[in-house]
Amino acid sequence: MNVAVQASNIDMEFGANGVRSQVLFGVDLQIEMGKLTMLVGPSGCGKTTLLSILSGTLTPTRGDVDVMGGRITSMKDRQNVEFRRERIGFIFQQYNLLPALTAAENAGAPLVTAGMKLKDAAERARVVLETLGMGPHVNKLPRQLSGGQQQRVAIARAIVHEPALVVCDEPTAALDADTGRQVMALLKDASADPNRAVLVVTHDNRIYHYADRIIAMEDGRIVGDSANNTLPEGIHVH
Amino acid sequence: MWAIALKMLTGDRAKYFALVFGIAFATLLMSQQVSIFIGLMTRTASQVLDVREADVWVMDPRVRYVDEVEALPDEALGRVRSVAGVEWAVPFYKGLAILRTPGGLLNQVSLVGVDDETMIGAPRTWLAGDLAVLREPDAIAFDAQGAAFIWPDVEAVDTIGREAEINDNRVIVRGVVDASAPFITFPIAYMRYSQATAITPPTRNKMSFVLVRAGEGQSPRELAQRIEAETGLQALTRIDFAWRSVTYYLTRTGIPVNFGITIALAVIVGAAITAQTFYLFVVENLKQFGALKAIGATNGQIALMVLLQAAVVGAIGYGLGIGVCALFFQISDDVPALEGFVLRWQVLWGTAAVVGVIIMIASLGSLLKVFRVDPAIVFRG
Repeated sequence: MNVAVQASNIDMEFGANGVRSQVLFGVDLQIEMGKLTMLVGPSGCGKTTLLSILSGTLTPTRGDVDVMGGRITSMKDRQNVEFRRERIGFIFQQYNLLPALTAAENAGAPLVTAGMKLKDAAERARVVLETLGMGPHVNKLPRQLSGGQQQRVAIARAIVHEPALVVCDEPTAALDADTGRQVMALLKDASADPNRAVLVVTHDNRIYHYADRIIAMEDGRIVGDSANNTLPEGIHVH
Repeated sequence: MWAIALKMLTGDRAKYFALVFGIAFATLLMSQQVSIFIGLMTRTASQVLDVREADVWVMDPRVRYVDEVEALPDEALGRVRSVAGVEWAVPFYKGLAILRTPGGLLNQVSLVGVDDETMIGAPRTWLAGDLAVLREPDAIAFDAQGAAFIWPDVEAVDTIGREAEINDNRVIVRGVVDASAPFITFPIAYMRYSQATAITPPTRNKMSFVLVRAGEGQSPRELAQRIEAETGLQALTRIDFAWRSVTYYLTRTGIPVNFGITIALAVIVGAAITAQTFYLFVVENLKQFGALKAIGATNGQIALMVLLQAAVVGAIGYGLGIGVCALFFQISDDVPALEGFVLRWQVLWGTAAVVGVIIMIASLGSLLKVFRVDPAIVFRG
């Protein structure tokens, strides 16, 4: 088994001045390469917090996270940023595309942060966008695209630099059922690469069947784990 | 990253134009008000600065500025001429008089009497007539703005031959000159010294100033000190006397305070508009910066983006503001009230420095906000 992410005993607390609230309790987790893993659970159960920690954008109160062998919880800020830039791709619920950039420029943004010129990055992103069926829309601004098209641009942005881990936060939440299915199909394709893991946080039960593995959370703890595309036994997510 | 920064900046046209307008407005307000203030203060000394031939002005020790005249006795001219290092010294009359036109209208004028022999003290640029016409009987010359003010029915140069009276003495306009606008906007009337002292009411003394030229190799300042030591009169170099007049108005009138308040308001309003708009621009883009940080942009890269955005709007806004200010003075060049007011290079650079500080403060304040942005912000709905 090729492990992409190894999280050990993760605790997370928020708050200050003596008023603190714990949202994750001793979470242990492994994510494997070549699979699309879904993290499911009701709103407020800590899915997004755990995703933020696993992707290095949030530091846990306690515990360690190794991504592709690199311990991101021990990295200094600059190392952490460089690690994210090279090894992790992000897909957000609200797409978070830059409104002033075209689809190709948005998709090429991770390459620009790594030092490539915007024009060259957009050229490379254009190829990825074409494979996602966005060929005719590469020069359009986000406001000229539908929600599904914007999410495809976000997918292109997440994979343009060929990261080993792609993290997706509710990628279908803002999409209709058909578009959601198309987006998930693309993510499923992306996860087929044996050198890549795709981690999707969702509570959209219409897309569970795209998963290779489903991990269920509740109240900041992992309460179930199934090695197929069905919810773990005894788990119901609304 | 710079290309992304510029696209982010110009992508939202409304915000971009608001930023540029804010800086342009602040720049215009500051540079225009400061220029008018400097122009106005320069006018307080214009009648001194216009007499370029004189190196030293000699006057009664009690005189504090050019418009406050305490006449000297005639023998003072001889005493000044006797001081070593004086190449020449001539009398100069400056006072106020009432001019009555044939229609019966009264106009207060600033009357200047220049040396009969040398005509030193008279303007060198004549729009109608020439220096020699002042030698004609009853001759008087007016500055162009003054002539147009007294006889508004004709062009200034067409007032030649017009008659009027000063203290029941006939005067005939023989010339129109180009003189710097004075602070007190009375028309300036030029005539010979002997004529000016003859037609003005009798007083014990009439000589307002003695104009002195320093001999070759003589330092005007040293000569002025020598004249003071030997005559007991007050002697100031041309530039010192000009500054003395400017300083008087600066310290003894409310003009600097009023202009200072206007300029301070311009800076505050401009800074508030610019800083707030830029700060809001950055704050509204925090999620975009957060997304960039999440996908691997460093704080250094983000800082350069924000500084570039600030520099671009600052440069464009400043350029537009200064351009409009220059255009204002170009267009208003013919307006008598604004004659001689110009955008000086010192104002140009000074305003640039102030705008630079405003932009720097705005961008630094915004940067603190950007640095604190948690990249995880992008996961929060």
